[in-house]
Amino acid sequence: MERMPKWADVALVPLMSLMLAFAISALVIAAIGENPWAAIRTMVTGALGSTYGWGYTLYYTTNFLFTGLAVSVAFHAGLFNIGGEGQAALGGLGVALCCLFIPWPHWSLALIAATLSGAAFGAAWAALPAWLQARRGSHIVITTIMFNFIGASLLNYLLVNVLKPQGSMDPATARFAPEVRLPGLHEVLAVAGIPFSKATPVNVTLLVGLAACVAVWALIWRTRLGYEIRAFGKSEKAAVYAGIRPVRITMVAMLISGGLAGMMAINNVMGEAERLVMNSVEGAGFIGIAVALMGRGHPFGVLLAALLFGFLYQGGAELALFTSIPRELIVVIQALVILFTGALDDLVRRPVAALFRLTRKETR
Amino acid sequence: MTLMKSLSGATAALALMAGAAAADPALVIDLGGKFDKSFNEAAWNGAERWARETGGTYKEIEMQNEAQREQFVRRMAETGANPVVVLGFQNMATLDAVAPDYPETKFVLIDAVVDLPNVRSVVFAEHEGSYLVGMMAALASKTGTVSFVGGMDVPLIRKFACGYAQGVKAVKPDATVIMNMTGTTPAAWNDPVKGGELTKAQIAQGSDVVYAAAGGTGIGVLQAAADGGILSIGVDSNQNHLHPGKVLTSMMKRVDNAVYDAFKAGTALETGVVSMNLASGGVGYALDENNAPLVSDEMKAAVDAAAAKIMSGEIVVHDYTTDDTCPAATF
Repeated sequence: MERMPKWADVALVPLMSLMLAFAISALVIAAIGENPWAAIRTMVTGALGSTYGWGYTLYYTTNFLFTGLAVSVAFHAGLFNIGGEGQAALGGLGVALCCLFIPWPHWSLALIAATLSGAAFGAAWAALPAWLQARRGSHIVITTIMFNFIGASLLNYLLVNVLKPQGSMDPATARFAPEVRLPGLHEVLAVAGIPFSKATPVNVTLLVGLAACVAVWALIWRTRLGYEIRAFGKSEKAAVYAGIRPVRITMVAMLISGGLAGMMAINNVMGEAERLVMNSVEGAGFIGIAVALMGRGHPFGVLLAALLFGFLYQGGAELALFTSIPRELIVVIQALVILFTGALDDLVRRPVAALFRLTRKETR
Repeated sequence: MTLMKSLSGATAALALMAGAAAADPALVIDLGGKFDKSFNEAAWNGAERWARETGGTYKEIEMQNEAQREQFVRRMAETGANPVVVLGFQNMATLDAVAPDYPETKFVLIDAVVDLPNVRSVVFAEHEGSYLVGMMAALASKTGTVSFVGGMDVPLIRKFACGYAQGVKAVKPDATVIMNMTGTTPAAWNDPVKGGELTKAQIAQGSDVVYAAAGGTGIGVLQAAADGGILSIGVDSNQNHLHPGKVLTSMMKRVDNAVYDAFKAGTALETGVVSMNLASGGVGYALDENNAPLVSDEMKAAVDAAAAKIMSGEIVVHDYTTDDTCPAATF
């Protein structure tokens, strides 16, 4: 396996897994009596064939970018943070409180404050599981997933009993002031003279997400802290021997991870809904795990994987709109992609690695 | 790309023309899915009934996530569908944003009020219907303890619970009403196993009538009640037939009628607030051959008398959602 060239590891194997997933999806679509070719065409044109489609695709991409980066950072420290869902939900609370109760004069100030507030709330929600892992050895997988439910309950309570405007049926906060409305991507692109659909939720948060990609790359591969995180993730014993403190790295990695997940809320809460609704995260925290796995923990890979899942979400919506393919099948397609790129990774990797070993021997 | 664009433009224009020729109504189903054996399914049944009776066709779309609310309602309006029926109080903000952009299209919002000239808001008096089934629960109970299983702890479900508790207390002021909610995530609307467990716990606490207002979770509540030898009360649709002789009654919320009426009115739909209460037959309790042996003449007389008093305004059932408080229960 070691001898597989890097390009095969990062590009060929995921691509082949993806092809397998789509091939099986096509079989399933054919099995229920629909035309798989037409279905794929609907998905591609619906998600990528117009700036409208791109707008939605990029909106979902932005969500998955943050949660994918969150999972990646924890991964590098050998920690499996599956609490992105709860951390992003709490991030939403941070963003909502910041936007509701402070009269911001301009959206740019509000964006900075909301980003910090969302990150702080998300990080705080990751802090306790991190501390339990670092000090008590309580497994992070168990504690973070439990914190997802605690987070959902907390938000449920706050929205129904505290933050909901009186007399409203909807368990959601009031709408934020118009001053904190984030400009859509079409307004950003209009500055450069590029026309873009106005009716989509994609907004400046996408740029924040891209900046976060660069920042995470710099952190992991260009700083001392990043080196410590990676060293700790590769081998705890060796890291300790080199003078790296496990408690500190566990805490720091999880705080960064939770903070990134929390930052997702500026996209869905501040950018899209402009209020905090119940269940605002909607599984983006879990999709982030698949995105991080597929992206091999590298920010550029995460970006591509997030784009793929954004495409699946928007393409799936178009499929539901314009064909009689039931929405459950779209979940099946997404599940197949996750299955093949995540769980069944070795299914493709082993034969490919064997093939490369074979060709190496022949050339020698 | 340009070819793709002009192609999709052409199909959109075609769809618009088709829409202008014969405006099909559309049904936008909220998160939770069509076959929830409850609210969404009732709406879908109303649409199907309209299609069967008139031979007409309608468009339908199921949402999968929050970001699709505006997207799907907008798309439906753009295909020329008219009227567009949107289910669920969560879509208040959706219609606030979308409806003004399509002044020629009529929208129908079910379960919440949006004050716009091209929107009909249909609201149900669930508290009135729940009051009546609460009275029946108290009359049928031998232990003096009855219970309630809700889906998620949201204002709408508190409205059901509050009406129920008021009905129970109206008959037996010292009765105990046990209340439980299934969960805090949307999975709570479709978790029959948890619903059954909650019901068993309530039976252990002495409850002998349980009212479920929990979507698909209610199936588990009714099952556990039938297995545990106590009575249950169904919700939204008539669920008496699920366990004949073991379901005391069902609180009917005629979402199907609301959708049917809207489809039937077509583009001539009158907008404004439509109140589906006891007086208009929008809510009520179900009586059929499955529960006839359970409902005594005295019980029926008492409930019908109360219904008449509610309609005349002599009894005012408090609506939780007006001021977020309930005189008969605490949450």
